Amino acid sequence: MARSRLSFSPDDRVNAFLTTCPEPEYGTGSLEGLAIAIKDNISTKGIPTTAGSRILEGYVPPYDAHVVSLLMANGAAIVGKTNMDEFGMGTTTENSAYGPTLNPHDTGRVPGGSSGGSAAAVASGMVRMALGSDTGGSIRCPAAFCGIVGLKPTYGRVSRYGLIAYANSLEQIGPMARTVMETSRLMQVIAGYDPRDSTSVDQPYCHTPEKNIQGRRIGVPEEFFGAGVDPVVAAKVWEAIEVLERKGADIVTCRMPAMAYALAAYYVTCVSEASSNLARFDGVRYGPAVDTKKPWHEAFQERRGTSFGKEVRRRIMLGTFALSSGYYGKYYAKAQSARQQVKSDFLRLFKEVDVIAGPTMPTIAFRLGEKADPLSMYLSDILTVPANLAGVPAISVPCGAVDGMPVGLQVMGRPFEDEVVIDTAYAYEQAVD
Amino acid sequence: MENLSAGTIPDSRSEQIPGQISSARGNPPISETDETIIGLEVHCQLDTVTKLFCACSTDYRSDGPNTHTCPVCLGLPGALPKINKRAVEYALRVAKALNCEVLPESVFSRKNYFYPDLDKAFQISQYDKPLAVGGHLIIEGENGEKLVRITRVHMEEDPGRLVHKGGVDRARYSLVDYNRAGIPLIEIVTEPDMRSPKEARRFLNKLRTTLEYLSVFDSDKEGSLRVDANISLQPEGWFDREKKSYKGRNRVEVKNISSYKGVEKALTFEITRQRNVIRKGQPIEQATRHFVETRGITTASRSKEEEHDYRYFPEPDLCPLRVSSWVDLIELPELPDARRARFIRQYGCSSNHARTLTGDLKLADFYEKVALKADPLLSATWVADTLIGELNYRDMGIGAVTPAHMTDLINLVESKTITDKNAIDVLRTILDGILKKEPAGTPSQIVARLDLGASESDVAPAAISEVIREQPQAIADYKSGKKGAFMFLIGQVMKKTRGKADPAELNRMLQAALDEGEQ
Repeated sequence: MARSRLSFSPDDRVNAFLTTCPEPEYGTGSLEGLAIAIKDNISTKGIPTTAGSRILEGYVPPYDAHVVSLLMANGAAIVGKTNMDEFGMGTTTENSAYGPTLNPHDTGRVPGGSSGGSAAAVASGMVRMALGSDTGGSIRCPAAFCGIVGLKPTYGRVSRYGLIAYANSLEQIGPMARTVMETSRLMQVIAGYDPRDSTSVDQPYCHTPEKNIQGRRIGVPEEFFGAGVDPVVAAKVWEAIEVLERKGADIVTCRMPAMAYALAAYYVTCVSEASSNLARFDGVRYGPAVDTKKPWHEAFQERRGTSFGKEVRRRIMLGTFALSSGYYGKYYAKAQSARQQVKSDFLRLFKEVDVIAGPTMPTIAFRLGEKADPLSMYLSDILTVPANLAGVPAISVPCGAVDGMPVGLQVMGRPFEDEVVIDTAYAYEQAVD
Repeated sequence: MENLSAGTIPDSRSEQIPGQISSARGNPPISETDETIIGLEVHCQLDTVTKLFCACSTDYRSDGPNTHTCPVCLGLPGALPKINKRAVEYALRVAKALNCEVLPESVFSRKNYFYPDLDKAFQISQYDKPLAVGGHLIIEGENGEKLVRITRVHMEEDPGRLVHKGGVDRARYSLVDYNRAGIPLIEIVTEPDMRSPKEARRFLNKLRTTLEYLSVFDSDKEGSLRVDANISLQPEGWFDREKKSYKGRNRVEVKNISSYKGVEKALTFEITRQRNVIRKGQPIEQATRHFVETRGITTASRSKEEEHDYRYFPEPDLCPLRVSSWVDLIELPELPDARRARFIRQYGCSSNHARTLTGDLKLADFYEKVALKADPLLSATWVADTLIGELNYRDMGIGAVTPAHMTDLINLVESKTITDKNAIDVLRTILDGILKKEPAGTPSQIVARLDLGASESDVAPAAISEVIREQPQAIADYKSGKKGAFMFLIGQVMKKTRGKADPAELNRMLQAALDEGEQ
C-alpha cells in the first residue's frame, strides 16, 4: 500500500498534545490523509503513551490498539497523542502530570476531561478528528465544554484492546469531531468486532446520519434538570429540545429515580477497578529504574507514592478500601446492584421513548483551579455517568453558549442504537446550522 | 469463605476456601488415637499448546527467558485477556472425570497482590463462582478403597518466575522470567478427607494418573504440579462427628510442595512437629508454613506479613463462562479404574499387576501393545515386575524401550528359546545399550550374538552324559541316597551349558538320565 507523509506542526497554545508526530505517514481509505489525534491512554506502537502519568514516562508500546490499526488501515495520519487527566481520572484535564490543557474558547477555563487534549485539539482546529475515551463522561464533558461533538458508543461496540484501562466495565473509546457527520464517519472506522476483546460485540456501524426525526419519542428525565444544574445551562438545553420538537419529535417528560444512586455506584465501581488496573505500575517494568538499596516491597511503595498524582493515589486508596475484606459487600457489591437499577431505569424508559435527552454537563466549563475540592468535581459527572453504568450510547452535541462558553446537549439511546443517537444529534445540528 | 455458596457475594472474606474446616481454639493432650486430617489444594498446569489468555506457546522450558511473551501475558497496559477454549475443554474433562458438577455460570475473578513475578499485580483466577464443585476421586486408602471428596475445581493463570543466579541466598538481584506467565492452571481442592501422608501421596498419584489419562497434563514437565496441604491432628472422631463446626486443634497450611514424594515428606515432618508442640502443651497456631524440599522440613513464614487480603472481584475483561451444557458433549477416555478392571478381565492380570500397569498411562499403553503380540500373563509379569525394576534401577522411563523389543523378548522366553535368567541379561544389555547410546539390537539379535539360546534338547543331553562320565563318585553318592550329590551334578551340568538351559528342564532331564542308568 502506498504511504504518503503529512507535515504536522501545530501551534499548540492550549497544551492539547503530549506528543506530536511531525511527519506522520498515511495511506489510502475513507480517512485518507486526515490528521487524527489520539488520546494518550490509547496504545500506539512506537509512539510514547503515558496516559498523562509520570509513572509511564518513557513507555513506548510495542503494539497498536485495535482502533489505531483501524485508523491507519483506513488512511488516517496519526499526528499525536493528546493530554488527559492522569489515567482518565478527572473532569478538567488539570490532573495531567504534564500540566493542564486550556479551553480554546477561554484559556482561563478548563477544556473538561478527561479527554480534554483531544477536545481542545479539535476545537482549536489543529486536527479534524480525535479519539477519546469515556469512562464516566470523559468524551462528552470536554466535547460540551469545548463546543464539539463527542460520542460514547454502546459498551462493546468499539474494541478496548490497547486502551489503558481505568475502569474496564464502564469505558469505551469514541470519536470526537466538529460535526455529527464527521463523528459518524470516524465511528464507522473504529466500530466493529475484535476477537481480542472479550466484551466486543459484532455490531459494525455502517450509517450515514439522517436528519428526519419525525415521530421520534424523546424522553426528558426530570432528574437531568434537578439541583446542581445551572438554570441558564438548563434553559439552553430546553431550547435545543424544543428545536427537536419543532422538527417533529415527541417530547415526553419522565423520571429516572435510580439517578440518585448513579454517582455513588459509578465512583465505587471505577475506583475499585482502577485500584486493580494500576497495581501493575510498581517500578519494575515501567518508568525510570528505581535506584535504591531498599527491598522490593519498600521500593515499589516509594515509587507508587511519588510517581502517581494526588487524585490517582486518592482513587487507588478508595478502590483498595472498597474491595477490602469485610467491605466488599458494603461497597463494590452494592454498587453493582445500584448499577443494575440504573440499567433497569434506562430499559424501562426505552420502552416508552426512543432516546433520552438532557444537558451533558450541569454547568459551562470551570475556571482553572475552580474544582479544587474533589467531591465538587465528582458531582459534576452526575449527568454523564448513567450512560456508562448502563452501557448505552450517548452523544454530546453543541447547543449554543452561555457567557460565551459552549453548552452541550446530551442524547442517550438504546444499547446498539448508536445510529439513532447520532441521527437525533444530527437533526438538531442541521436545524440550527 | 465459609457458608459461601455459589451465586452469593461474600460480605466478609477470608482466605479460606469453601469446604475447608474452620479454625478453632482447643488444646487437648496428645493421644495415640489422634487422627491426622489432611486436605489438599493441587495446582496442575494444563498441557495446552498456547497460554490461557493469549496465543503464546507454552513450550518454554528449553528456551531463553521472556521469549514466550506478548502484550497480554506481559500484562502491558491496554492488553486484554481472551480465554483459550481448549483450556476450558481440558478443565471440563477434569471436572467430569472427578465427578464434579459444572456450574451453569462460572466467573473469573482478579486475585490482587503485589509480587514482581505477577506482571499485572493480579492473577486471573476463579473465586466465588468456580468452574465446578462437589466431586470425588477414589483412592487406595490405608484401609481399602477410599473416597476423597473434591470441593471445587477452578481455572487460573500461572504467574511468571523469579530467577536468582547462584541461588536465592547469594544472588544480589532478582531476575524475572514471564515465560510461565499465563500458562493455564487448574486448581483442585479436596475436602479434608485424607488421614495419613501416604493417603495424600496416593491421592496425588491417582490424580496425576487420571489427568494423564485425560491427556490434559504432563507430569514429566518440571514445575507442572504444585501442592498446598492443610494438616491438623485431631482427637479421634471429633472431625467426623462434628464436621465443619468442630472444636479441635488448629490446622496448618504447608505451601510450596512441588513433588509427589515431597507431599509425603512434608506432611510426615509436619505431624512430628505438631505432635512435639502439642506434647509441650503449646497450642498449634493457625499458620502458613513453607516446605523446604532440599531439607525435608517446613519452616514458619512471617505470618502477619504474608497474610493477604486478595480483594477478589469479577474480572471485567472476561465474560462469565456458561459451559455446563458442553460437559455432556465431552467424551471421557477410559479412566484408570476402568482400565484396571479391564486388564484383569481381558488379560487375566493379577490385581496387583493390573494396578501397577494402569497406574501410569504410558506404562498401560506399553503393556497393551506387548500383550497384543505376546502371552498377556507372561507380559504382565515381565513388564510390571522385571522391566519396571530394571528401569527404576537405571532411573529410566518406560519411553526408553519399545514394545517391540519387549514382545520379542517375551516370545523368546515363552518358546523357551532362552531361559528367564538369560532373558534378564538380554534386557539389561538392551537398557545399558540405550544408556550408553550404543543400541544393542533386538533381543533375537542379542541372543544370537552372545549365543545365549537355551538348548536343553541338544546341549543338555551331551552335557549330562559328560557329567555322568566324569563324576562317578558323585553318581555313587547319589545312588547311595545323598541329596547333596544331585545338586552338585546339576551345578556341573549348568556349568557346561553356560546357563543356557532352563534349570527346571535340566532337573527333569538329569533325573531321567540317572533313573535310566539305574535300570
